[in-house]
Amino acid sequence: MSNWKVLLNGIITENPTFVLLLGMCPTLGTTSSALNGMSMGLATMFVLICSNMAISAVKKLVPDLVRIPAYIVIIATFVTVVQFCMEAYTPALYASLGLYIPLIVVNCIVLGRAESFAAKNGVVASGFDGLGIGLGFTLALTLLGACRELLGTGKLFGLTLAPEEYGSLIFILAPGGFLVLGYLIAIVNKLRKA
Amino acid sequence: MEYIMIFIVAVFVNNVVLSQFLGICPFLGVSKKVETSIGMGAAVTFVLALSTIVTFLIQKYVLDPFGLGYMQTISFILVIAALVQMVEIILKKVSPALYQALGIFLPLITTNCCVLGVAILVIQKDYNLLESVVYAISTALGFALALVIFAGIREQLAMTNVPKGLQGTPIALITAGLLAMAFMGFSGIGS
Amino acid sequence: MEKLKSTLPNMLLSLTITCVVAGAILASVNDMTAGAIAASKAAALETAIKEVVPEFNNKPVEEAYMSAASTGDSLRIYPAKMDGELVGAAVESFSNSGFSGEIRVIVGFNTEGKITNYSVLQHSETPGLGSKMQEWFRTDRNKQSIIGRSVGDGLKVSKDGGDVDAITAATISSRAFLDAVNRAYSAFAQVDAAGGATSSHQTEGGNSDE
Repeated sequence: MSNWKVLLNGIITENPTFVLLLGMCPTLGTTSSALNGMSMGLATMFVLICSNMAISAVKKLVPDLVRIPAYIVIIATFVTVVQFCMEAYTPALYASLGLYIPLIVVNCIVLGRAESFAAKNGVVASGFDGLGIGLGFTLALTLLGACRELLGTGKLFGLTLAPEEYGSLIFILAPGGFLVLGYLIAIVNKLRKA
Repeated sequence: MEYIMIFIVAVFVNNVVLSQFLGICPFLGVSKKVETSIGMGAAVTFVLALSTIVTFLIQKYVLDPFGLGYMQTISFILVIAALVQMVEIILKKVSPALYQALGIFLPLITTNCCVLGVAILVIQKDYNLLESVVYAISTALGFALALVIFAGIREQLAMTNVPKGLQGTPIALITAGLLAMAFMGFSGIGS
Repeated sequence: MEKLKSTLPNMLLSLTITCVVAGAILASVNDMTAGAIAASKAAALETAIKEVVPEFNNKPVEEAYMSAASTGDSLRIYPAKMDGELVGAAVESFSNSGFSGEIRVIVGFNTEGKITNYSVLQHSETPGLGSKMQEWFRTDRNKQSIIGRSVGDGLKVSKDGGDVDAITAATISSRAFLDAVNRAYSAFAQVDAAGGATSSHQTEGGNSDE
């Protein structure tokens, strides 16, 4: 598989949110606005690329029986790096994403890619896989966030498109997250079959 | 009174799955049958209570005194992973019956984000040890409650005619959305 | 290169090395960002103080001191002075009766004890409802603005017999917000009662390192 194919595979064929249905907690928890969803996606993408490459580089040096704890340590390291950088340079974003940043560690997408791709492929390919899956995740989160923000407040990325009174607050709240994601997946399923 | 408040708020008002979005994966994954969902709920309660105690002690007696706050995420997730393994081994030896019931759910718990989430939250909320344990157990019970209710609905759902495009995950998510709406009725209690 | 076998020494060695390297990386990142994190926090506080009190030219953060509120909590007060003359103070206050979690606000008072402005430092209220408090109570519409009011015996929402309009559909958050404001005022008034905020600023200066 060429790197280009690996990239597209992550975005479309194996889209982590709409197809693999992984990493649901941040998907629902951080998408109350398009910007929040996108930032969460980008933070996860950074961790995915770094951890994929690092794990691919050291895969021969880690004995099989202890590979999971070793991978977790590597992933947790990059997550903490992201956490500190966001706290230092984008404090407002850090405050709105809050708990979900350290929780990238337990996002099944990251460990899943380490196990299923990085542990078997080279450093460069693993980097592209991380980029592809990360972009797929970011796109899905941005789309979900945009839908919820638009339906809930009539805004998109903070720009007012419709008067706020037209928005239905339920879409910003917890139930709306489940509902919008449910319908989005249904639409994606329909499109993929067509 | 304070502890009762923590309990009610964690179980109903700020339900971990339906309003905080933690532990969604097992919520969607292990909710096809009521029986298994009870097992999962029990296993999570057990591990969550135990891991919160251990991570709380690590934070207060290792990370804080030595200024190692930056190792929080790493140490917590390692502790949780190790703990889950240990519980699995001990349970296998001590109580094979319980292991039979909970065993298959244990490995899944490491990646249940409500375990790490609660461990970090009790530190952020500055709870003391007893409050942390009460909070952890209440959160887990809230998780179990949501899971069992959801499994009950899904058992019924399996017998109905669902439009083709919505079959599977979409209808499950929409059901969860309606359940979350029902839980919104609790909001405001305790404040 | 052969993949390492799963023998005990190999496993221990590789795990230890992973952990040590991870620890070292994190320690250095922590070192690099610690300054920036502290600076961004200080800047946020500084901006909030500037926003809520009349113009000043001292350093309120350095001159901050603690004062007890009527509820027994100790609140931090940042005195704002113009050429040595006290013009107001910013009080960092909180409320635990919010919808979800703690609400932290900073409230500015002038020397007459009237609210000059406020800023919400932290909250986890419902987005689109309780979160409106950041603007609601300073928007001049009906009776919702609290700017320029004197707190007196405590501000209350209209539902509780007070004269402040609560945020639509978010009475609990509004109550909690006013609770924080009232708490801030009681701590501010405490200073006033103990010698008058206007006249005692020389002695307060002595407490500046609290």
